[in-house]
Amino acid sequence: MKYFWVKATVLVALVVTLASVPAEKPPFITLSSTTSIENSGLLDYLIPRFRDRSGIDVRVVSVGTGRALKLGETGDTDLILVHHRPSEEAFISKGYGVKRREVMYNDFIIAGPRGDPLNIRKEGSVERVLTLIYEHKMPFVSRGDESGTHKKEMELWALLDVDVQQYSGRWYHETGAGMGTTLNIANGMGAYVLADRGTWLSFKNRNGLALLFENDPLLHNQYSIIEINPERHPHTKSKEAARFTDWLASSEGQQMIASFTLNGQQLFFPNALPQ
Amino acid sequence: MPSPVIPASPLPLKIQHLSVSRRGKPLLDDVNATISSAGITIILGPNGAGKSLLLHIAHGLEVPDRGSLTWNQDIPKPQEPWRAFVFQKPVFLQRSVQANLEYVLSLHKIAKARQDLLIEQALQHTGLIQLSKQSARTLSGGEQQRLNVARAWVLEPKVMLLDEPTAELDPSGVATMEMLIRKIAQLNTKIIMTTHSLDQARRLANDIVFLHRGRLIEHTPAKVYFAQPKTRLAADFLAGKLLDTD
Amino acid sequence: MNDFSQAFQKALQLIIQLDPDLIEIVALSLQVSLTAVFIAGLIGLPLGAALALYKFFGRGLLVAILNTFMGLPPVVVGLVVYLILSRSGPLGALGLLFTPTAMVIAQVCLVTPIIAALTRQTVMDANNEFHAQLRALGAKPQSMMNTLLWETRYSLVTNVFAGFGRAIAEVGAVLIVGGNINHNTRVMTTSIALETSKGNIELALALGVILITLSLIVTSAVMSARQTAHKIYA
Repeated sequence: MKYFWVKATVLVALVVTLASVPAEKPPFITLSSTTSIENSGLLDYLIPRFRDRSGIDVRVVSVGTGRALKLGETGDTDLILVHHRPSEEAFISKGYGVKRREVMYNDFIIAGPRGDPLNIRKEGSVERVLTLIYEHKMPFVSRGDESGTHKKEMELWALLDVDVQQYSGRWYHETGAGMGTTLNIANGMGAYVLADRGTWLSFKNRNGLALLFENDPLLHNQYSIIEINPERHPHTKSKEAARFTDWLASSEGQQMIASFTLNGQQLFFPNALPQ
Repeated sequence: MPSPVIPASPLPLKIQHLSVSRRGKPLLDDVNATISSAGITIILGPNGAGKSLLLHIAHGLEVPDRGSLTWNQDIPKPQEPWRAFVFQKPVFLQRSVQANLEYVLSLHKIAKARQDLLIEQALQHTGLIQLSKQSARTLSGGEQQRLNVARAWVLEPKVMLLDEPTAELDPSGVATMEMLIRKIAQLNTKIIMTTHSLDQARRLANDIVFLHRGRLIEHTPAKVYFAQPKTRLAADFLAGKLLDTD
Repeated sequence: MNDFSQAFQKALQLIIQLDPDLIEIVALSLQVSLTAVFIAGLIGLPLGAALALYKFFGRGLLVAILNTFMGLPPVVVGLVVYLILSRSGPLGALGLLFTPTAMVIAQVCLVTPIIAALTRQTVMDANNEFHAQLRALGAKPQSMMNTLLWETRYSLVTNVFAGFGRAIAEVGAVLIVGGNINHNTRVMTTSIALETSKGNIELALALGVILITLSLIVTSAVMSARQTAHKIYA
């Protein structure tokens, strides 16, 4: 019985100590961003520098563009860094966001099995590539999660006037997951997939996947940062959020973005307009 | 064996028109008896006679449907310290022999100093003093049944109710237990116990309450019961002719 | 198979190097889950005991709910807690979303039914065994309950750690309400999910090995404590 109480006391003491760990934390803002940015490691590279400059920490919640905007609507984030212009503009016109600034871009690519059965490497336009996939009913993996990449993909299919929904589960597969998970699945299935270049370059489990098609103007991928309307959500830290936006668009922030590389390759290209 | 007299007695035990039925089946049917003598009263009868149920009612563990059972005019409650109950199969706490006895004394708020005295006494009488530090659940069957009695005895009760206390024991265990029961009776504790064994009743009883199918057939001194049974059923039981089941 | 041996090597390497990020993640996992289990125990143990020992109106319904909630999907719990803690939800003003506290709340919701249902079963079994005997010895309801809880203490501790096993291993709830924020709400399971999505299969698997090892250590510590106790007071 004595031993029991000794153990119980130790356990309780442990719990109490662990529970009381969080002490003073510096001021922080919450940034909702896309998995494509999180997976690339860009923010882990930018945030420490911003924290040194401002004393403000940035907490990143990584979700798809759709959910990031939703977090803005409910007031659960101070800033949104996403990549789907029509959704962003709708978000602002509904009064949820106050300022949208384009900060950087890269592009989407199409990856697929190394053997490239459709030989899309040789094709000249993304429309041709998708048409080939559609006509040959080749396995294609879609995010299917309302993310920026997913929305981009839907726009491309719409250009071709193809309703992929009706093929869902046959040759067209919706994962409902992040970019990395979707690449894992494409790799496993030997399927074609649309991906953002940042995630593609940082993705480590490529095995049988290869980059097969790139450099079409339609595959441009613009990232913007949006501040939440403080009139709608007064608790948001709009002043601190604005400092991050300004820093990201400043020459230092833009240079930092340009200097972020992975295996010698630049992942994002700054294009903020001066205020 | 002369019957010792109990001072300030909870006796007589009066049973009047006692009836219990479960799911329409009568288990005890208009039982009437008065037990006022000290010594060992044996409730005898084949299986299903209602012996155990009667004993449970006597400790306040069950309540009759009709009629009454009183100790010196009081209805029994299980918390009364002057009366102890010994189950056929004891359940012990996962503690030492000593701690199991301490538990009972603490339940009845006996002072610590007096506890040690009472425990030593009970363990001496039951021959368990060497085993006091051992875990109760690791004792042998015979030792467990002696601890079962010690746990009842430790409160120095005036009445001890025992429900088939030797049913699970081997012959030497039975002998030890019967000796113990006699000793308790000699030390002025009234014993009421159930058994289905005629031989045991012969060896221990001062008086016999004979039950059959929930009815009291005879309540007579043991000598009379065994020499000249008054009823046909009792005679049949003595001759081994009563079947246990209906 | 190569993946597995590499993962074990990587896990060993991370442990030996005392990788600071790893330590932070492990510490937060333990902090969140132990706190949640501690609170769930404070609620679940008395609740389970009361359901085992007292008859009251609606008890059957409560037991049915409890047994159903034992298998609650973590994502559903996460979603409900998320909606409650969201700035637009009823408790939004507390600003708890995406904090370790939110993760504790979600895990308390997951674990309390487990502890309560197991406790109810344990105490009920003990009650069946002891009730008649203790009553005959003169125990009143209050001391009866104390005795039952004390007699079953090792089983109860085991029940609590069954809850811990569930808490430390779940990812659905903590991911939604915690947000998997680096250095803030990132725990073992959300790290594994993240590293898998980055294609870092080896690192993800290494983290998995560490998580399982950690559970194993906690579980065997509890089991050995129980066995020692059994040897002394069988």
